[in-house]
Amino acid sequence: MKNTVLFGTVAAASLAAGLASAGTLDDVKAKGELACGVSTGLVGFAAPDANGNWEGFDVSVCRAVAAAVLGDANAVKFVPTTGKTRFTALASGEVDMLARNTTWTFSRDVDLKFTFVGVNYYDGQGFMVPKELGVSSAKELDGATVCIQTGTTTELNLADFFRSNGMSYEPVPIETNAEAQQQFLSGACDVFTTDASGLAATRATFENADDYVLLPEIISKEPLGPLVRQGDEQWGDIVRWTLNALISAEELGITSANIEEMSAGTNNPEINRILGTEGDLGGMFGLDKEWAKRAIAANGNYGEIFEKNIGENTAIGLARGLNAQWKQGGLIYSPPFR
Amino acid sequence: MAMADQEAKQSFRLSMLIYDSRYRAMTIQVVALILFIIGAGWLVNNAAQNLAALGKPLSFGFLSQPAGYDINQRLIEYTSQSTHGRAAIVGLLNTLLVATVGCILATILGVTIGVLRLSKNWLVARLMTVYIETFRNVPVLLWIVFTMAIFIEVFPAPREFKGADPSATMKLWDSVALTNRGVFIPKPVFESGSGIVGIVFLLSLVGIWFFRRWARAKQEATGVILPTFWISLGIFFIPAIATQIILGNPISLEYPVLKGFNFKGGLHLRNSFLSLTAALVIYTSAFIAEAVRSGIMAISKGQTEAAAALGLRYNRIMSLVILPQAMRVIIPPLISQYLNLTKNSSLAIAVGYMDITGTLMGITLNQTGREMETVLLTMLIYLTISLIISTAMNVYNNSIALKER
Ligand SMILES: N[C@@H](CCC(=O)N[C@@H](CS)C(=O)NCC(=O)O)C(=O)O
Repeated sequence: MKNTVLFGTVAAASLAAGLASAGTLDDVKAKGELACGVSTGLVGFAAPDANGNWEGFDVSVCRAVAAAVLGDANAVKFVPTTGKTRFTALASGEVDMLARNTTWTFSRDVDLKFTFVGVNYYDGQGFMVPKELGVSSAKELDGATVCIQTGTTTELNLADFFRSNGMSYEPVPIETNAEAQQQFLSGACDVFTTDASGLAATRATFENADDYVLLPEIISKEPLGPLVRQGDEQWGDIVRWTLNALISAEELGITSANIEEMSAGTNNPEINRILGTEGDLGGMFGLDKEWAKRAIAANGNYGEIFEKNIGENTAIGLARGLNAQWKQGGLIYSPPFR
Repeated sequence: MAMADQEAKQSFRLSMLIYDSRYRAMTIQVVALILFIIGAGWLVNNAAQNLAALGKPLSFGFLSQPAGYDINQRLIEYTSQSTHGRAAIVGLLNTLLVATVGCILATILGVTIGVLRLSKNWLVARLMTVYIETFRNVPVLLWIVFTMAIFIEVFPAPREFKGADPSATMKLWDSVALTNRGVFIPKPVFESGSGIVGIVFLLSLVGIWFFRRWARAKQEATGVILPTFWISLGIFFIPAIATQIILGNPISLEYPVLKGFNFKGGLHLRNSFLSLTAALVIYTSAFIAEAVRSGIMAISKGQTEAAAALGLRYNRIMSLVILPQAMRVIIPPLISQYLNLTKNSSLAIAVGYMDITGTLMGITLNQTGREMETVLLTMLIYLTISLIISTAMNVYNNSIALKER
């Protein structure tokens, strides 16, 4: 008697667990919104504006996925995560995907059981110091107090960098970017280190941004990209190809301005396949024909998203650099839509 | 009796398990136990199944992998090449450090405030009430963040100590530097000969114990009260200081000096440690003060009056008559305050103090993705610490319990 009950509950529980982990797409459709893990606030990448609407480079990826899957770029629940909580949030199913300045590494991909669907920003770790310190190279930082966000690749790179250069430092572990700013601006730490894009975004919010400089050294490779739980290939494909659609759209010249016109049909078959006027790519992973059209229409193509949020005409002022299209000498490259 | 038993056996029917009050309590307990076992079994099984489904079966192998991250406050040798297991121990020692320092300071402060709250002096008593109500009624996390904010915003950065006309200077004859990275104080350096000073000091402690025993015996025999406090104080300091001088200062002080980015040398009390400890101490001391007050008030007034009638002064009434009896009432709530302080120290993460939740359940969890294992281990560690504290305190409690003779 006791055993039957036990086995019954166990069977029911494992059945429920199996269901929950399989169909993220169905889950998201059933909920009617996409739970997207973003940072707690990094202007340009993910931060709420004055009206509480989230915007930024990473936020746009979430919105594009929501537009593709649910037909509504605003059907997103943004879940702010710290460097430390993000992976637990994703693994536990609290969020359906992460778009949070997250570096694609071997152990996160393999050991933490996530799937990185691509790279939306090629970055590297840099250092920011007050000009007043008179430091011109990271090699002069022996003995410095360094603010770092815990649970990041940043703290591991930092340990390696100082050890391999035979220098010592005092780490000040910090949870969020906001705390790091407070400590850094008051001089409680000499150096703030994180991804160079994050440094630029942080510096742009400083009152006296000119009093702070980024040091020339970039000490690591930080390919940042969206990720999902491992084991749900269909969902992984949807997020991956949504990102690819944004990238291909820039390459092929589809913009938020001309997308309606182009979806009437063009003589470029790849554009037609993306916009759903030729073939049925969307049907292959359980979406309709116009999924990519909606994703691109949500915030524009990759280049538009870049320029609007972090590009050279914004306060953050990042050049395309490595993040230019492959045809312009950058690394941004989408596999073909066919 | 045997007759009755036999009768019960003979006429036992299943329904009696519910309707017969002799069996009912037993039945309920057995049913509850079975439900509990099923519930617990289900939870464990469910977790194991889900972890297996995620491809992450329970495994503690990560503890012997290199951690890769640095920790600022380390009581034992640790580098980024050390293992996650060692990082956990570094964190554990940091937890024990705040817990120990916190409990000691909170007790001293709490007892003082609790006694003062009962003071006849209106102003003092009211001030203590304000202290207790302020600190006890605001969540401790806010106190931790608040003290940290004060440290960061009020104290100067080390670079302000630089230059010909610095805007900040060291305090106490250039021995202490208050900065927004923490407080740098002189550190004792032990050179050869300091062992002798240490031995002399230990001998003085033994001496104090013998002296007190002797003084007590003398008081009991003759009624003469010696100024034990002052004499003990003398024995405590004078021989050790004398040896230190005779041997030519084998124990010297290393002063912090500004070098490059930071103060070097001396002892660095980080602001994360200071703000966490300070907040835990003021918060917990408010509760301890209340425990002390209720303990004292539980002793009937007649005791005070009787002691006063014997000609004892207030201090002696307190230390000889009231407090020893009040202890029996104070200790049990005090145990839970010690436990609370220790557990509240896990809020350390708010100010980046690297305790066990910062290392094992923080960075290690995050870098290895071993949520289940690290959380289980951390729970086990807190459970062990708490059980040790309460066992120790219970032993003490029993030793001072009312002994009926
Ligand atoms: N790319 C690194 C670091 C990511 C990270 O924490 N970045 C910071 C600064 S670029 C951030 O997003 N902070 C925002 C926040 O605190 O929520 C990683 O994946 O570990």
